[in-house]
Amino acid sequence: MDHKNAKGWLYLLPAFLFLGVFMVYPLVDVVIYSFEESFNFASQTYVGTGWYNYSYVLHDPYFLQALKNTFLLVIITVPVSTGLALLISVALNSIRPLRNLYQTVYFLPYVTNTLAVGLVFMILFKPTAYTDGMVNLLIRLFGGESVDFIDGPYWAKMFVLCFYTVWVVMPFKVLILTAALASVRKDFYDAARIDGTPKFRVFTKITLPMISPSLFYLIVTGFIGAFKAYSDAVALFGTDLNAAGMNTIVGYVYDMLYGNSGGYPSYASAAAILLFAIILTITCLNLIIRKRHVHYG
Amino acid sequence: MSKKNNILKHERESLARKSVTRVITYSFLTLWGIIVLFPFYWMLLTSLKGYGAYNAEYIPQMFTLAPTLENYILAFTSVPLADYFLNTLIFTVLTTAIMLIITVLAAFGFARLDFKGKNLAFTLLLALMMIPSELVIITNFVTITTMNLRNTFMGLILPSVASVFYIYLLKENFAQVPDELYYAAKADGTSDMKYLLKVMVPICRPTLVTITILKVIECWNSYVWPRLITDEEAYFLVSNGIQAIRESGFGRENIPAMMAAAFAISVPLIVLFLVFRNKIMEGVARGGTKG
Repeated sequence: MDHKNAKGWLYLLPAFLFLGVFMVYPLVDVVIYSFEESFNFASQTYVGTGWYNYSYVLHDPYFLQALKNTFLLVIITVPVSTGLALLISVALNSIRPLRNLYQTVYFLPYVTNTLAVGLVFMILFKPTAYTDGMVNLLIRLFGGESVDFIDGPYWAKMFVLCFYTVWVVMPFKVLILTAALASVRKDFYDAARIDGTPKFRVFTKITLPMISPSLFYLIVTGFIGAFKAYSDAVALFGTDLNAAGMNTIVGYVYDMLYGNSGGYPSYASAAAILLFAIILTITCLNLIIRKRHVHYG
Repeated sequence: MSKKNNILKHERESLARKSVTRVITYSFLTLWGIIVLFPFYWMLLTSLKGYGAYNAEYIPQMFTLAPTLENYILAFTSVPLADYFLNTLIFTVLTTAIMLIITVLAAFGFARLDFKGKNLAFTLLLALMMIPSELVIITNFVTITTMNLRNTFMGLILPSVASVFYIYLLKENFAQVPDELYYAAKADGTSDMKYLLKVMVPICRPTLVTITILKVIECWNSYVWPRLITDEEAYFLVSNGIQAIRESGFGRENIPAMMAAAFAISVPLIVLFLVFRNKIMEGVARGGTKG
């Protein structure tokens, strides 16, 4: 029996060794860091313990800017991308020819490098020496004014960031929703057709309730993903996000840790725990709402 | 007669309405298709334009009549793009291989073997799935730095070889293999390890392929951890390389050459996607969480 136990654990050993060192220990450690005041990276010493790191972070204008940017990004991109994905999936589900082609094309952004494609977005939106860039050409075509989307006003930069984020998260959402729509039982639709139910009513009374678990899954993961946004912003505005005024919470954590403004793991830890608390709160709220509205059949 | 006409008229109207809906649907889907594909087209197009020609454009040109490969040559000669590729390849292969070994062993332990504390261990594992990597990255950065593993492949690879989710996914698959096979193998005197390699792994190959592909995509695109842990160009991966090219680049702002580099690093994954399209989409539907 002892031999059997030892053998079982031996199989788990590599996984638990790595998880222990790189996940469980850091989890405890990050909480400790966040309470150690004036931690010195080189000598690994600290002065006292308390809430000072949290208070510092919450009063840091860069963090508040990052907080504002992240919340705006979440509030805009989660509903827009989920709604758009629903629209696209319903459209995809209603056609036969070319459906596979469209699905393949739509999924492409999932496998591409965020940094590389972000660079293209920057170039599309950025004015160059002689031109105002591709997007501004389109804007002027429709009679608008040129805008500098990359170094210009805040709303323009926010727009590009949201646009790119939606573009990046779309493949996953469309994939999940088309799968959910395809699995709605045909006999429900047949019954509705025999009864002569109007299409919109079929959608709200049959389709939406049937796909609500997937929809909710997407909203929850969408919130979490958007709160952790970072590399999209780097791809568009460069690594110095504070200077561009476009930092995100995760970006703030990394900047505190490393780079020109780095070397403060305590502040980084406090900010990371604040982010985790925000995500946890939002996820719990989502789950409470889900209990009331999602149909499991 | 008039009743028949009425029905015909009604049918024609509903047919007309249907084709209008169809046109709108296809236009909408095509529009989104264009939005998805246009950046890729623009990347390829710009990479084929000459530096002089691109910068002389007063209106962005939608096509080029004089395509050139000079940007690709420049991207591979004036910046160490080939090294970035090689680093990423080494990183991806090693991380994926070690991850597979660890995952297969752990999944087998959970799915097939009986031992004390298994259920508790599995519960702990599931709890870890909820931990965002942003929370643990700070300590990992400190750990790797104090172990003097900055700017080494070890430092790049070690924190990402154990993946809770893939262990869970494979364990579920292993658990579906009928117990009778195991007992039959035991009766023949086959060792657990041999059974795992000769029976379980071949049966569950589809899941293993899915896990491998998802991990390869993740490795190829990873940016944050490599950025924290490497500051010597010799250890840059493609994501960090492209960022370095963007910020210091080719000595001057050379957008066509940047696009050539961006396109070059995008190609391997696009090819992988086109080859394994169904596997990837199915795998992501089961376990991807990006977005």
